[in-house]
Amino acid sequence: MNIDIQTIRKLAHLARLEFDETKEQEMLQDLNKILDWMDKLRELDTSAVEPLTHMSEEVNVLREDVAFNAISHEEGLRNAPKKDSDYFRVPKVLD
Amino acid sequence: MKRYNSLEEVRQDIDTGVVTCRDLVNYYLQNIERKKHLNAYLEVFTEEALQRADEVDQKIAAGTAGRLAGMVIGIKDVLAYKDHSLQSSSKILEGFKSLYTATAVQRLLDEDVIIIGRQNCDEFAMGASNETSAYGPALNEIDNSLVPGGSSGGSAVAVQADLCLASIGSDTGGSVRQPAAFCDVVGFKPTYSRISRYGLIAYASSFDQIGTLTRSIEDAALLLEVMAGADEFDSTASQRPVAPYSQQLQTDKKFRIGYIRDTLESEGLDPEIRETMLGVIDRLKAEEHTVEAVDFPYLDFIVPSYYILTTAEASSNLSRYDGVKYGYRSPDATDLGSMYKKTRTQGFGHEVKKRIMLGTFVLSADYYDAYYTKAQRVRRLIKEKTEELLREYDFLILPTTPTTAFPLGGNDAEPLAIYLADIFTVQASLAGVPAISVPVGYDAKGLPIGLQVLTRSFEEAQLFAFSKVVNEKIILA
Repeated sequence: MNIDIQTIRKLAHLARLEFDETKEQEMLQDLNKILDWMDKLRELDTSAVEPLTHMSEEVNVLREDVAFNAISHEEGLRNAPKKDSDYFRVPKVLD
Repeated sequence: MKRYNSLEEVRQDIDTGVVTCRDLVNYYLQNIERKKHLNAYLEVFTEEALQRADEVDQKIAAGTAGRLAGMVIGIKDVLAYKDHSLQSSSKILEGFKSLYTATAVQRLLDEDVIIIGRQNCDEFAMGASNETSAYGPALNEIDNSLVPGGSSGGSAVAVQADLCLASIGSDTGGSVRQPAAFCDVVGFKPTYSRISRYGLIAYASSFDQIGTLTRSIEDAALLLEVMAGADEFDSTASQRPVAPYSQQLQTDKKFRIGYIRDTLESEGLDPEIRETMLGVIDRLKAEEHTVEAVDFPYLDFIVPSYYILTTAEASSNLSRYDGVKYGYRSPDATDLGSMYKKTRTQGFGHEVKKRIMLGTFVLSADYYDAYYTKAQRVRRLIKEKTEELLREYDFLILPTTPTTAFPLGGNDAEPLAIYLADIFTVQASLAGVPAISVPVGYDAKGLPIGLQVLTRSFEEAQLFAFSKVVNEKIILA
């Protein structure tokens, strides 16, 4: 697998990251090296193998759905970098 | 004060009036101060630990103390502890204080453990050398130019350098076992789901497990006994009853042990570690255990499949760090989109960004089947083959690491080199089985070597008992 700089830019946008030109090149080289190495898996025939999607043997562990406040409103806002008395604040979305 | 190797030793001296919890905390605080350069702790809870020591001393006097009274521990900076900072050694969680306590940590506190501080680690537990921490690497006490391993590097050094009796770490692909091997301590990862992950910062959720770094097998067993078990806040946590591991450490059984032939013949294996492994095998045979070479056809596929799955899970788990609800927010944002991007770009370190990018790629629509689903299929093959071997043998033994502790900065040029440091530890993580690294010798430079032992899921009792056998009968003085 060999990805190009356009793919790096698309991935960066999807992951909400930014890279300058130097970092972009570095990322491209690193990712291509790693993906080459990951391509090793193609040597294994897995056509008859189901993907393993759950590691815990527990299935549907349920409990009573009891409503309670795990944290208060004030606590919920405590760690916010920007807030007012009721809400998280973010830059303006609509003009 | 003498160096304690287990809670049992501590308790004997407490019970005979030789030492108090306050003395112990003072002793560790002095060591932490004296060995500050090791950078093992990101924060030390000085006043709080002393106050708690007094409370525990009173409980001991009153005869109401819990099972961990007298144990002073540190916790890796990925475990939530209410009203304490929690950062995953990352800038992106700057200023964050946890609103609740992880289930495992709460269970330790309920048994009167004393938490002395928060320990350095690789950023978001991504690394094998503690060098990706935003707060600088922790250093190996044996030689400060060497890494302590990672990601639970600070936690391993803290036990190695007598900065606490035990540490609580986390292990996704070897993050407890590998630093334990580099720092001459016992590193244990339980069966996946044995300990609740509630309050453990997520890296790769289908792998992450809380684990321990200790000087004795006894303490590893006791800590698991306290932390393990069902939890209403983690529906994936196992409902199976928890065994009294610390009471089941004696065994006379002659075991069946397998070792994977290719691990000892692999090119990247340090010849001195190979010699040590062969010596261990000889001595196990001399003790009348059956030891046989086995074939494991997937050795070369282990690390690539591990990195596909963990980066995928990481890219999803780390999407929550967006600068809105907690942690760092970039001051340079002009609108919502740039706030997300600038916050994440400035807040995450290089290795974390690389793994997010890889994970985003393997989960992208065009490549999902070729990489992510493929790796899930390979994971099944690895898990089933490992389980098949563990039906035939009580234990699989292999080196914990291919080399002893390596120099700081030694792997900077080559992105794959550091991933291969995990080569022997990720098999247990892919299979979800319990594994332990036990100190088993030293190379010519005096650097420690770890023996790794794997067993069947939920058979930790047998794993600890066998580790004691290794400790007492197999290691040459």
